[in-house]
Amino acid sequence: MRYSASTTAGATGATGSLRAFARVYRYFLLIILLDTVILILRPLTGKEVFRHTYSNFIEMLSICPPIFLLLGLLDVWVPRETIIRYLGEDSGVLGAGLSILLGAAAAGPLYGAFPIAAVMMKKGAKFSNILIFIGAWSTLKVPMFLFEASALGARFAVTRWIVSLTGIVFMTLIIDRIVTKEEKAAIYHRHGEGCQT
Amino acid sequence: MFTRALYIISIGLLIASFGKDRAKTRAALVKGLRAFSNILPDFATVLAIVGLVLTFLSPDIVAGLIGQKTGILGMLVTSIAGAITLIPGFVAFPLAKSLLDRGAGVAQIAVFISTLMMVGFVTVPLEIRYFGRRVTFLRNTLAYLFSFIAAFIIGMVVL
Repeated sequence: MRYSASTTAGATGATGSLRAFARVYRYFLLIILLDTVILILRPLTGKEVFRHTYSNFIEMLSICPPIFLLLGLLDVWVPRETIIRYLGEDSGVLGAGLSILLGAAAAGPLYGAFPIAAVMMKKGAKFSNILIFIGAWSTLKVPMFLFEASALGARFAVTRWIVSLTGIVFMTLIIDRIVTKEEKAAIYHRHGEGCQT
Repeated sequence: MFTRALYIISIGLLIASFGKDRAKTRAALVKGLRAFSNILPDFATVLAIVGLVLTFLSPDIVAGLIGQKTGILGMLVTSIAGAITLIPGFVAFPLAKSLLDRGAGVAQIAVFISTLMMVGFVTVPLEIRYFGRRVTFLRNTLAYLFSFIAAFIIGMVVL
């Protein structure tokens, strides 16, 4: 029997959802088990471990609700298809700015950006805009920025955001110049549509 | 204070969204909740690891490995850690904060955060499938080098 996380959990009843829970949280449960062993063998150290873990959870979970709320609202209210149209060959500075906004409004790990970049290439977005989008997604994401500012301080987060933005523009210019027209065409060819360099 | 502002903004937007379109607002809530429950297992694991490891990692040890005084060598350590590990920012920030509290240097932590986000050693094969070898190699190498520049600047500004 296989339980693929939460999707099948409801249908398979209490034991199934328990098993699904144990599966998804196996690493977490393993560590808590280890913590418990420490608590039994060395009560003082064990208490310290649980105290640290508890305060970690409280601190970070208190910031989660508004961030995930924003993330959901962004996802629903910012339509992707219409924006893709504004990122084409003649989009200029506006297209670059829009690529930054698109990437920054996103959520999720960097590899989540690759499929979206592929769709953008297929629909005719400019190569440099794709690079800017990937860069923005990797490190300028607004929900991440909010989290970073709350954990490491606004000074740290704001400085890193501005420096990264500058860096992304420069790196895009460098890559866009080094990669030849033929190479770009080959990359676009992978994703279906004709060449847009 | 920052957290409170965030709560006020997001709740305000939620109300505005609800007034405009109930179905969309419900979809947004579901998406947010799903994103949260997707990240929670990893999130919980790392928070637990951090709680466990930090109990045994004294400030002296942290400062010795990646403190302000370790300079470029300490940054090399954190940059490699950042480039090869694949942990989401949500999870990395609490870890980074704990390390900072325990004597890690700002530049050392900055290069860790930056490489973590921009360089993806583990996902290189995936990236090649989308962008080919050359673009992937260029992007990751440039991002790795850039992380040091960013860290030096952050190290100068913060403190």
